[in-house]
Amino acid sequence: MALGAITPSSAIPARHRVVARRRIAQGLVVGLLLLSTLVAVALLVTILGYVIVGGLPALDLAFFTERPRPFGESGGGIGPALLGTALLAAVSGAIAIPIGMAAAIFVVEYRSGRFAAPVRFSAELIAGLPSIVIGVFVWALLVRGLVGHYAAIAGAVALAVIMVPIVARTVEEVLRLVPNSLREAALALGAPRWKVILSIVLPTARAGVLTAAILALARSAGETAPLLLTALGNDFFSADLFRPIAALPLQIYRYAVSPYDDWHTKAWGASLVLVVVIGAVGLLLRVVARQRVR
Amino acid sequence: MSVTMRDITTREAPNEPAQRSQPAPDQAAPAAPRAVALRTEKLSAYYGSAQAVGDVDLTFEVGAVTAIIGPSGCGKSTLLRCLNRMHETTPGARATGRVRLGDVDVYAPATDPVEVRSMVGMVFQKPNPFPMMSVYDNVAAGPRLRGWKMSRREMDDLVERNLRRAALWDEVKDKLHRSGAALSGGQQQRLCIARALATDPSVLLMDEPCSALDPIATYKIEELVRELSHEVTIVIVTHNMQQASRVSERTAFMLAADDGIGRLVEFGKTDDLFTLPRDPRTEAYITGRFG
Repeated sequence: MALGAITPSSAIPARHRVVARRRIAQGLVVGLLLLSTLVAVALLVTILGYVIVGGLPALDLAFFTERPRPFGESGGGIGPALLGTALLAAVSGAIAIPIGMAAAIFVVEYRSGRFAAPVRFSAELIAGLPSIVIGVFVWALLVRGLVGHYAAIAGAVALAVIMVPIVARTVEEVLRLVPNSLREAALALGAPRWKVILSIVLPTARAGVLTAAILALARSAGETAPLLLTALGNDFFSADLFRPIAALPLQIYRYAVSPYDDWHTKAWGASLVLVVVIGAVGLLLRVVARQRVR
Repeated sequence: MSVTMRDITTREAPNEPAQRSQPAPDQAAPAAPRAVALRTEKLSAYYGSAQAVGDVDLTFEVGAVTAIIGPSGCGKSTLLRCLNRMHETTPGARATGRVRLGDVDVYAPATDPVEVRSMVGMVFQKPNPFPMMSVYDNVAAGPRLRGWKMSRREMDDLVERNLRRAALWDEVKDKLHRSGAALSGGQQQRLCIARALATDPSVLLMDEPCSALDPIATYKIEELVRELSHEVTIVIVTHNMQQASRVSERTAFMLAADDGIGRLVEFGKTDDLFTLPRDPRTEAYITGRFG
């Protein structure tokens, strides 16, 4: 009989063994989790340490203001790359943020429409595309097609394609956080739906929308692959959208693949600048996000 | 407290004196027929394929408070939301039958739901002031959302007048530019009433406006409902029978049958309905035997 197994005499020692075994298993698993966490943190610290140690010697004022020099000349910096990254961010943001927001507004505020699900699905698909593929696409469309040569605008478009789904998905989630009771209150006041969105929903979600925009900009600032085939890079200061333009990731790549130690140091320096810029943006995000809780 | 509120509301001119052409309730004999502000004919409401309200015929008289009571799920809130076409803002929801608001056929194809909603104010179960707006901006929200062209002075007057109508002015006049979300629950609900009144609706719909409030705040809102009934037709949904008997002149009792469809069981003067119910189901409900 199965009942015999739980007679007091045999049950108590068996129970002790089970508890002991559970304690050991528990200790092992927690130990493994802790180890994994340590590895992850150590990785981050190592990367940051490498970038800082490698990059700091490159940093001086001229590094930020000068254009890259041919090898052999001393000096030279990342001035055009900083200008280019700022310009690319501005143009790609101007393209992608309105489109991404419009898509999110459509999906959330007009969800009874039958296009909402396909819109969300395509945004997810685009977000999953390797960025080099987006680069190839924009290369074929603009560099070989409409524009005819490498140009900053092609780079901005490639970055915008990457940003649109990020903005759309993040803004979508933020809009969903706006309580429906506020939409109802505004509708019941006799406001047309578009005015409810512009005057009530978006202002209520403004911190989140700002977060989405900054997040997408930070993400695109670090993209290299799509720029290789579109913006190309430029050793000279240029703000012309229809000429090749420099960008920080491109400049890091250019310096890093060279055989010269001096240029390697400059690649570390440029990496440090990029990491600090994106890190600062992340900090800004936290501040903005905290304001939302207020 | 109640005396001051009464003073305020009678001293201040309401937004649209023309709408008060009918005699005040205390002057009118209870039996005298009054103009009809709102009428439903065979009104049914659906969520997708599920019917929630079936064939309701009701009349709401000008300047009266009409209460809609009934147990949870009887369709009373859905019915209320059909009156200003808020029901259809829920995805998949629709309504059939007719609603007449004055001489407007609310569900006629040519009728713009936005127009309907601008003639009917609504107060919701949970106070929902716009959290990013100040007290002032909350009251000004309706006129602004509708694009009314007003000078700064006119808007100041409108905000003060409607805060007074909602018996909130004395409590907030020193913090007009603070967030509406910082007020207490009862104050927030009165702010929502001021917001709804600010666009001069002829009808005010209230969907269990006190269910999230404590007894003192509830008392103030009820007092306010009675005062406002002199200026605006009020329809109030409540699950609280004492509240219905305290504030309303007429009461409609709704009940969902076994098929889940809420129907009107009895409609009449509040005193009659609570003392001499004609329908045994009404009697069962008001004596607390179900619901």
